[in-house]
Amino acid sequence: MIAVQARRSHRTELIAVLGLRFAAGFVILAMVAVLGYLAFEGTKTFYVDKFPLWTFLFSPDFAVDAGHPGAAVFIVGTLAVTLFAIVVGGPFGIAVGVFLAEIAPYRMTQLLKPAIEVMVGIPSVVYGWLGLTLLVPLIRTHTSSPSGFGLAAAGIVLAIMILPTVITLSEDAFRSLPGSLKEGSLALGATRWQTITRVLLPSAASGLAVALILGIARAVGETLAIQMVLGNATQFPQGLFAPTAALTTEIVTDMPGATEGSLLEHALFSMALLLLVIAMLLIVFVRVALRRRS
Amino acid sequence: MKRSAAFAALLLGLSLGAGSAPAFADTTITVAGSTALLPLALDAAGAYQKAHPDVKISVSGGGSGTGINDVASKATDIGDSDILAPTHPELHDNRVAVIGFAVVTNPSVGLKNLSKAQLQDIFSGKATNWKQVGGPDAKIVVVNRPRNSGTRAVFTKTIMGSVPINESGLTEDATGTVVSIVKQTPGAISYAAFSGTRGSGLTEVSIDGVAPTDDNIITGKYPVWSYEHMFTMGPASGEIAKFIAFVAGNADLVRKDGFIVINDMKVHETDR
Repeated sequence: MIAVQARRSHRTELIAVLGLRFAAGFVILAMVAVLGYLAFEGTKTFYVDKFPLWTFLFSPDFAVDAGHPGAAVFIVGTLAVTLFAIVVGGPFGIAVGVFLAEIAPYRMTQLLKPAIEVMVGIPSVVYGWLGLTLLVPLIRTHTSSPSGFGLAAAGIVLAIMILPTVITLSEDAFRSLPGSLKEGSLALGATRWQTITRVLLPSAASGLAVALILGIARAVGETLAIQMVLGNATQFPQGLFAPTAALTTEIVTDMPGATEGSLLEHALFSMALLLLVIAMLLIVFVRVALRRRS
Repeated sequence: MKRSAAFAALLLGLSLGAGSAPAFADTTITVAGSTALLPLALDAAGAYQKAHPDVKISVSGGGSGTGINDVASKATDIGDSDILAPTHPELHDNRVAVIGFAVVTNPSVGLKNLSKAQLQDIFSGKATNWKQVGGPDAKIVVVNRPRNSGTRAVFTKTIMGSVPINESGLTEDATGTVVSIVKQTPGAISYAAFSGTRGSGLTEVSIDGVAPTDDNIITGKYPVWSYEHMFTMGPASGEIAKFIAFVAGNADLVRKDGFIVINDMKVHETDR
């Protein structure tokens, strides 16, 4: 009897382990497949069309019809929009994180937390739509921008979109600090503000770095919301209120017209590959920051 | 794009296999491509299926490039396109209608007519203020379609010629988006198919004194138009040929959706 039960549970064990291994293996397989496919298609610009990598990266002239797909405008556009978002949304997000972890009374966190979760759940097309119908007309009427589309509109939309990521992760960074730090500081007579700025902030630095980097990763990859308000003009950012284009927005704008095997399709794949490389670099930074913490 | 079409075809195949009555074999025709032609393709598919219950026609958009790609890779039976497919000589061109394109401005501009040279100045970035072309003192906001858009190709060919379009304007990837942006932005100008501009409240600009009307296209006075193509892999046969003939021959439907019947045309061109 006991032997039968033992055998049965042994078999269950075996099946479960096999299933879990299969699931894990599948994830790795999917990752490798995506990487491989993008690497294969994304390098065709360079080895099929023989277009030099440096020119692709540094030429602002995206003249595909003339056989010259320079992507510098989109790279700079992505960097500019992301920088805007993180400069506006980063400090704000960290401030809310501090508030939630150190200052807010229990009831308030009970109210704020679900609000932040809802922000994560709002689809990006809704953010873009709100940007298009509220923000763009606002910028048009209150600045010199004749259309309202551009860097500022996209940056503000993105800043709002990365807030939940930055808030949640920076709150976690503060909460994971040992309570003795805060207690020691307060016992020495420091005020709450002094404790936060001189003790807690420096101690949580690596965790906050992770929050900001993942915020950047979110901003770099965002597509639809900013495509709706960025203006998608193939020109370097000419100021906060002028239209420009980013890597993601250019891919989604040009994709429907890109015939298979054309230089345009190859160039768009190269831009997708570039986005993947940026994402991987950001993950490496996160790993480095986390290692420093532990 | 192609992969999703293949996936949809797979799903369709599964559902057909599971649910079809064994009495007669259904014929399924798949159509994808140009969003300009989409309204006509959808209406014609609906009418054709009503008359022929044993034929199923699935129509989707995706753009002219997608239409040509998909039919060339045999993912679909018919590829809708506003433009010719010079890179795919194996495809057979079936013209089903003529579509006109209007240059539209925000009503605040107040200009009813622009010359071809003025349009070239505006879209090449040489003129940046409406007063340079006889309008009010307001900045010009150019709205373009993306590279490889069928609409943009027609506009470039018939108006811009060899003058390059300046890329600093806004770029929007759908006719509907273009119309709503021109509508809400003072000083905006763009170009779009008649089917999108009619009744939109925008100012349709005459070019060199010729108004963008069906009659002016039929008589060859107004230059900005193109044929709508339904490409097939080799000459069409069977139900596919019948459906294409149905689309082109259904004059009421063609006119209702804002297109021009090919047989009405008094001018013919081979390279559009």
